[in-house]
Amino acid sequence: MVRGILITLLTIGVAGAAFWGYQEHQEKNAILQNAENNYQRAFHDLSFQMDLLNDKIGTSLAMNSRESLSPALAEVWKITSQAHNDVGQLPLTLVPFNKTEEFLANVGDFAYKTAVRDLDNEPLTDDEYKTLKSLYKESGKIQNDLRKVQQMVLKDNLTWMDVELALATEGAPADNTIIDGFKTVEKTVESYSETEFGAGMVKIKKEDENFQHLQGKPINKNEALEIAKKWSSLGKGVETKVTENGEGSDYGFFSVSIEDKKKDIHSTMDITKKGGYPIWFLVSRDVEESNLSLNAASEKAIAFLKDHDFKDLDLFESAQYDNIGVFTFVGKSDDVRIYPDSIKVKVALDNGGIIGLSAEDYLKSNHAREISKPKITATEAKEKVNPNVKIMEERLGVILNDLREEVLCHEFTGVLGDDTYRIYINAETGVEEKVEKLHNAEQIYEDVV
Amino acid sequence: MNIKSLIKLGIALVLIIALTPCSNLEQRAEAFSNQVIQQGAVGDDVIELQSRLQYLGFYNGKIDGVFGWGTYWALRNFQYEFGMKVDGLAGQETKAKLVKASKYHESHVKEQLKQGNKFSHYGGTDIAKQGEGKPSKKQPTGNNAQQGGNQKAQNQTGAKGNQAAPQKQAAPSKVTAANTPNGFSQNDIQLMANAVYGEARGEPYEGQVAVAAVILNRLESATFPNTVSGVIFEPLAFTAVADGQIWLTPNERAKSAVLDAINGWDPTGNAIYYFNPDTATSSWIWGRPQIKKIGKHIFCK
Repeated sequence: MVRGILITLLTIGVAGAAFWGYQEHQEKNAILQNAENNYQRAFHDLSFQMDLLNDKIGTSLAMNSRESLSPALAEVWKITSQAHNDVGQLPLTLVPFNKTEEFLANVGDFAYKTAVRDLDNEPLTDDEYKTLKSLYKESGKIQNDLRKVQQMVLKDNLTWMDVELALATEGAPADNTIIDGFKTVEKTVESYSETEFGAGMVKIKKEDENFQHLQGKPINKNEALEIAKKWSSLGKGVETKVTENGEGSDYGFFSVSIEDKKKDIHSTMDITKKGGYPIWFLVSRDVEESNLSLNAASEKAIAFLKDHDFKDLDLFESAQYDNIGVFTFVGKSDDVRIYPDSIKVKVALDNGGIIGLSAEDYLKSNHAREISKPKITATEAKEKVNPNVKIMEERLGVILNDLREEVLCHEFTGVLGDDTYRIYINAETGVEEKVEKLHNAEQIYEDVV
Repeated sequence: MNIKSLIKLGIALVLIIALTPCSNLEQRAEAFSNQVIQQGAVGDDVIELQSRLQYLGFYNGKIDGVFGWGTYWALRNFQYEFGMKVDGLAGQETKAKLVKASKYHESHVKEQLKQGNKFSHYGGTDIAKQGEGKPSKKQPTGNNAQQGGNQKAQNQTGAKGNQAAPQKQAAPSKVTAANTPNGFSQNDIQLMANAVYGEARGEPYEGQVAVAAVILNRLESATFPNTVSGVIFEPLAFTAVADGQIWLTPNERAKSAVLDAINGWDPTGNAIYYFNPDTATSSWIWGRPQIKKIGKHIFCK
């Protein structure tokens, strides 16, 4: 009897302990994961800030006026302090990380001093310009090293908790990829001339205007389906589904999905209720090989846009991602490029089929515009450009400035050092509206280390 | 009838010409394919274009197989100097002139690319001296010493050897750079692909693009952090981050979904939240204005 009670009590005790232990274990894991996530965040943030820093310094190199240089330098200052913060959050107590921190402090000091100065009265001296240049180079190196570490971290799923553990248990850091990587960041390695991260201006979205410029009558579900069928050109024997937008949307649209189960092709698109315009269109299928050149693919994209009544467009950018070509078109009116009216088209390089279109920006911003004659000639505008930039191309373009207003600008594409810049001088006021560093291809880090 | 036989004769002639080995072996070495090469292109033709432009001293950047701005200006300068139409496109005429004016040490370039070395391809300098001196880990040391010897002969045998090796024919030569959309590094893309895969690997393709688009919409929103990692690692923002699923290895599909989203495809109609109605426990999320449903996820403002 007593024995029975004892056994029961013991069993309950053991079960209870096990349950408690399991819960503790779960909690511990959750907390570890949380801490790990914080480290990861700080690390990837740091790498991102260094990207940004390098880009901003590079951009400021090509600037000429106080109006654009002061804010740019102020931003550099802001970024350095954020990056500094990120470094501080990493568990790198045993790894010397002085050089990077020192570098950040130097950049910050320099940027602050020059940003608050009246650059109209006291423009950048040659020495300061040189400093800026060397900071740009230096930041490029650090950016590169960090990216390498980041690539390794992502590829091998390295965790910071392991680093901490390694540091805590062995005193001296053992052979650990992250630590080694950070040591190379510290070391001055051979410099790479490449820098990237252009401030993509087409990407910048105008505030939601909810397709106010669209013309046409409202369409119904059936009409939407018909339109979608025309776009997907998948023929018969397909499964279709049309759904209306939810109540939370700012504008009315139909989502149409068309599936060809035999060929395993799935095409989806959103169509505006008003007028039945395609907001976006995506075909999901595997593209295994490329038989078409990017140039031939761009012809396909142009023909496709023509077929679907998109007029007055200029091919602006093209890029190949594995076996897919992505083309950006911008509006054009009498040789003036209208950058806010942008459309992207995706072409599969295996058979030249159109597998995607994104017309949201175009539909939101395209409308009849009165483009006034420029008050400032190209020659006058050219004088406003930083004399160190060698200008290669010039044209007129309408861009969105920082205040999100459309302004007519003289656009100059030029080269400074190894980088290409696009500089926009307001054609009415002569203000340097925007300077952007165009990004180069990014080195693939795999196997390099 | 006459016309037909003429055409046949013509085709035969062309074939004969095409198949006849040229006397100059080095130039024959697969000088470009037929494509018009334009900015943004990636691949073997671009490697050759960059090498040839560098041989002539027009291109000083890295030979990496991606037609970027550096290559573009180099090509335009070449076209200008050689009295052609300056359009920055490598069409038939440009390529022909380029092949005529320059040499292309294909095996040298490809070998260096394969080993990930720093190298150059300038004319007038011994090609063997333009690579990295140190032996590669994968390659026996003898190889390098040989390369220093009779470089031209080495080139040809090297090229032939390459063609004979079956596994090399299957794998096209490696480019050492990649196009990335403006403002995003490959690591940013990788990190986002991790998040998308962890969150939505069972979803249809546009559902994955949608999840990536939500991350991007959050970047632009004032109420969220403004870095990719900030958004992804924000505590309690994504379940896949909280339970560690983000560290599963993403597939190519997740990656191309991320690329699409960055390139401007937003299937969500500017949503900044989404949830799975089957598993969502918070009543708050149900109160958000819903935009649409893709796969299992409801996207909302």
